[in-house]
Amino acid sequence: MNAFLKNREIWLLAAILLLIGLISTRYGAFASPRNLANVFNDTSILMILALGQMVVILTRSIDLSMASNLAFTGMVVAMINAAYPAVPVPLLMLIAAGVGLTLGAVNGALVWKLGIPSIVVTLGTLTIYRGATFVISGGAWVNADKMSPAFIGLQRAQMLGIPLLSWIALAVIASFFVLLTRTPLGRSLYAIGVNPTASVYAGIDVGRTKFVAFCISGLVAGICGYLWVSRYVIASVEIANGYELNIIAACVIGGISIAGGIGSVGGAVLGALFLGIISSALPLVNISPFWQMAISGSAIILAVVLNARGERRQGRIILKKAEAI
Amino acid sequence: MSATEAPHGRHIPDRLDRPLRSALFSWEALLIAVAVTIFAVNSFASPYFLDPWSLSDLTFNFTEKALIALAMALLIISGEIDLSVAAIIALASTMMGMAVQFGVGTPGLVAIGIGVGLACGAFNGLLVTRLGLPSIVVTIGTMSLFRGVAFIILGDQAYKGYPESFAFFGQGYVWWVVSFELVLFLVAAVIYYVILHRTSFGRRVFAIGNNPVAAQFSGVRVERIKFILFCLTGLMSGIAAVLITSRLGSTRPSIAQGYELEVITMVVLGGVSILGGAGSIPGVVLAALIMGLVTFGLGLLNVPGIVMSIFIGLLLMLVIALPIVWRRLMKERLA
Repeated sequence: MNAFLKNREIWLLAAILLLIGLISTRYGAFASPRNLANVFNDTSILMILALGQMVVILTRSIDLSMASNLAFTGMVVAMINAAYPAVPVPLLMLIAAGVGLTLGAVNGALVWKLGIPSIVVTLGTLTIYRGATFVISGGAWVNADKMSPAFIGLQRAQMLGIPLLSWIALAVIASFFVLLTRTPLGRSLYAIGVNPTASVYAGIDVGRTKFVAFCISGLVAGICGYLWVSRYVIASVEIANGYELNIIAACVIGGISIAGGIGSVGGAVLGALFLGIISSALPLVNISPFWQMAISGSAIILAVVLNARGERRQGRIILKKAEAI
Repeated sequence: MSATEAPHGRHIPDRLDRPLRSALFSWEALLIAVAVTIFAVNSFASPYFLDPWSLSDLTFNFTEKALIALAMALLIISGEIDLSVAAIIALASTMMGMAVQFGVGTPGLVAIGIGVGLACGAFNGLLVTRLGLPSIVVTIGTMSLFRGVAFIILGDQAYKGYPESFAFFGQGYVWWVVSFELVLFLVAAVIYYVILHRTSFGRRVFAIGNNPVAAQFSGVRVERIKFILFCLTGLMSGIAAVLITSRLGSTRPSIAQGYELEVITMVVLGGVSILGGAGSIPGVVLAALIMGLVTFGLGLLNVPGIVMSIFIGLLLMLVIALPIVWRRLMKERLA
């Protein structure tokens, strides 16, 4: 199984290299390290979000509210910054993390304590969080001229020639890798996805672990709220509208099974990179950006079809699953 | 153990399901109570509400989405889902717009709209049933694909110039204030009621949603029925595309953006279990009416659309949470 998983990532990596190769035949400078670092930086936020979503998907749940959480949190920190420019940015990041975590915990608590299916809960909070963003801002935008230089500049600050945003992404990737492969919580997340019934007998608190998964995705969405707003220097009700599907798409392309239990940090990162490369390359090779949706849609379908062998095997065990319950 | 979730809809029923299904009656009673309350609040909140024309306008708030919700209810009961319905509308509308440029008349436009919808639904159905893929993922993919094609064709343009007779579908009235859309919806609701609750096909849909394996072994052709359900959802999206395009009189690639979530909200609010196996058409019709009442009432009070969505979201979670909390309380009392 492990070899199979690694294999999938190698395939994805090969697809990405092929993509880069194809693009550089038309536009040679695309493959330069400088530019690739830029693409990585542009994709950082999507990668971080995809990792948060993956943790939830592993437990057979889904978080549709991440983009709304991001918009709400981004608006909160942008408004604080506009009103009190003296508040230090690290504190704002902490606030963003806290707000995001709280919203994630609300999702998690509803799933855990009331046993409402996560797709229903997050469908509800998707609209509620987005509406709340409108309520706190009154529909107004927070523009670049209202944000303090430190607020905008922090993630652009360079460290060893690489923007801080990329470093944050790397740190998040590393911590998710440790979380999922080196901690009991990581094991539990996979176990629940593979077989919730067996997990209960193995002494895993399924509801609580799902709650924690939603807290993690909320935390991540909150941090990305600050990153998004300071990167695109605008906070509005519309930011990241519909982005939850890009996040899930990145996970799907990365080979994370929507049926739970299958997926890796590398897969999520590569899936996000794949989408990021497409979106940054299209304008370069003179294809209108209107193609972007159709291309990523085809990529998703292709990825699912390619993953089908692994998924189908899981689907067919349903006979045994029926016996077990 | 709390109800575990099978995101691709393979739901194995447990003992908890029985009280839920027998409580279906009270679910619809609950929805009726909610609807009546909102109706009463609306009529007190605004003097313009209780006017035949404004009540007629109200129906436009939900008929198009509710038409899709009827088919989506069957699909979700069978344990699948279709997230691409809004994208199908965009693609069908774009194709109709293209046809207009070639001078196709009204009957041709309607045929194209419905045909494209049906074809898209069949495409979803093939991917899900032939390849055995989870529908939530497939339709996220086709959602981007269908709307992407609309974007490729249209770019940032808009198609206009629909023939005058075409406007009837979205703007016409059959009798005084009763719109064509409303009549179409009511007829469709009756048809879907009969299909789901009065035919063996409907029974099979429930059987598949409750236990696909058992259904398969009892001789139900699971894959074929699922394929038909995807086609139906596509068909209804095509019909909705005709109505919306006719009402707006133009096509943009961003048409019907976000409709898929509203349709699913209607279905879930109507008491259809997102895990499959339970639900009813009257519930979905009531839920559609409630959503129409809420958005229209808040609109009369000049509440912005985005704030309305808070109420819809809260309503959804409240109504879903109520029976669960109720059941838990009853269980504790019995224990």
